[in-house]
Amino acid sequence: MKFLCIECDEQMQFGERQLPGDGTLAAVFGCPECGREMAMLTNPMETQLVSSLGIKIGGREVPEQPFELVRGSLEGGREGAFADASAPGSVRWSDAAVERLGVVPSFVRGMVKRIYTDYARERAIREITPEIMDRARTDLGLEGM
Amino acid sequence: MRRIRTYADLQGPDRSGLGRQVEAQNERVARRLEGIRTVLAVTSGKGGVGKSLVAATLASALVRRGLSGGLLDADLNGPSAPAFLGLSRPTLEVTDDGVVPPSDALGLRVMSTDLLMDERAPLRWREPRTGGHLWRSLLERGVFREFLSDVVWGRLDVLVVDLPPGPHRLAELNELAPDRTRVLGVTIPSSASRTAVERSLRLAVEGGLVLLGLVENMAGYVCPACGEVGPLHPGEAGESIARALGTPLLGRVPFDAEAAACAERGDMEGLLSSGAGREIGRLAGVVAERLGL
Repeated sequence: MKFLCIECDEQMQFGERQLPGDGTLAAVFGCPECGREMAMLTNPMETQLVSSLGIKIGGREVPEQPFELVRGSLEGGREGAFADASAPGSVRWSDAAVERLGVVPSFVRGMVKRIYTDYARERAIREITPEIMDRARTDLGLEGM
Repeated sequence: MRRIRTYADLQGPDRSGLGRQVEAQNERVARRLEGIRTVLAVTSGKGGVGKSLVAATLASALVRRGLSGGLLDADLNGPSAPAFLGLSRPTLEVTDDGVVPPSDALGLRVMSTDLLMDERAPLRWREPRTGGHLWRSLLERGVFREFLSDVVWGRLDVLVVDLPPGPHRLAELNELAPDRTRVLGVTIPSSASRTAVERSLRLAVEGGLVLLGLVENMAGYVCPACGEVGPLHPGEAGESIARALGTPLLGRVPFDAEAAACAERGDMEGLLSSGAGREIGRLAGVVAERLGL
């Protein structure tokens, strides 16, 4: 998927991705020549169609986690089904971030923790806070996590 | 009319790289399957032929013969393998390499949606309320793919895949593991089963899959009093399909109340000792030989 600024005849570049939480997705692209930005907006059905393939519009920021699709998609997965090994590295979690992580269903909690930790480590972020979680959620396209 | 440059004209990177992401998924499957000598797909064209119990018992019998084996329960909506094997729902360890599958008492490694859900919970996806028909098959294909690629199967002689009724998942398996998949068809003797199973297997062959052979399940009834096998279903679907497709009929497994009782309580050891279980044990020998294991 590529976007072309017709006026400049230049390929537009990916800027950011946003998930407002209603099942829709916005992917922003900008023209490097004229600076014009456009947003590709998908409706919930289109968003679901893409996520059902286990792929990310805008590309992957962190490696795919084991069972990422089934854990992210199964409604009401069994509590305690998974015990996730701790992500390597020395990223701290603030108390507020730990509290927020605690409300994530245990079926996906360990995986979500690893994704956020990978995200922080790759950006040399030393402490994960709710604000970092918000940013990661948007950057990574983690609908509902 | 102005000419707008095409996708191929633009030299800049495709950051989403959707095709590349799909390729990467398939490569993960290929890497995992490098450690598995044979994928044995157990399939039929219809439900109710006892395929899942044959698959679970056959996988157990192969392990009992000293082979390293796995059982992938690909019937995502109607999983039954853990119950047949007496597996509870353990906590699954997730490592950097993937999800470690639980093993049964014989050492058979198992993965099933049943292990991910509570006992009475239906399989339900987080999805918008309408349009499920558009993506549900994609999603379930993806879950099947993850069961192949993300489970730490280790080095296996054989991974038995219990497929749901219908041809779709078999076609997906053919796409994901074309070079090491062999197909074992399961039918019951009736003519209705013959038609459905033959159609399904013919489709598999036309798709390039290699048929290992056929099993006729519920081929007679083991009398609990004397142990003799009497008639149950009319018909001879096993022989008929085997002739039509030029594939061997590898075994005929009778219905056995003792085996059914063992399956009900998850007693695979007991099942393997029953009349039906002994026949599947013999079948396991034939299957292993034909697979060169």
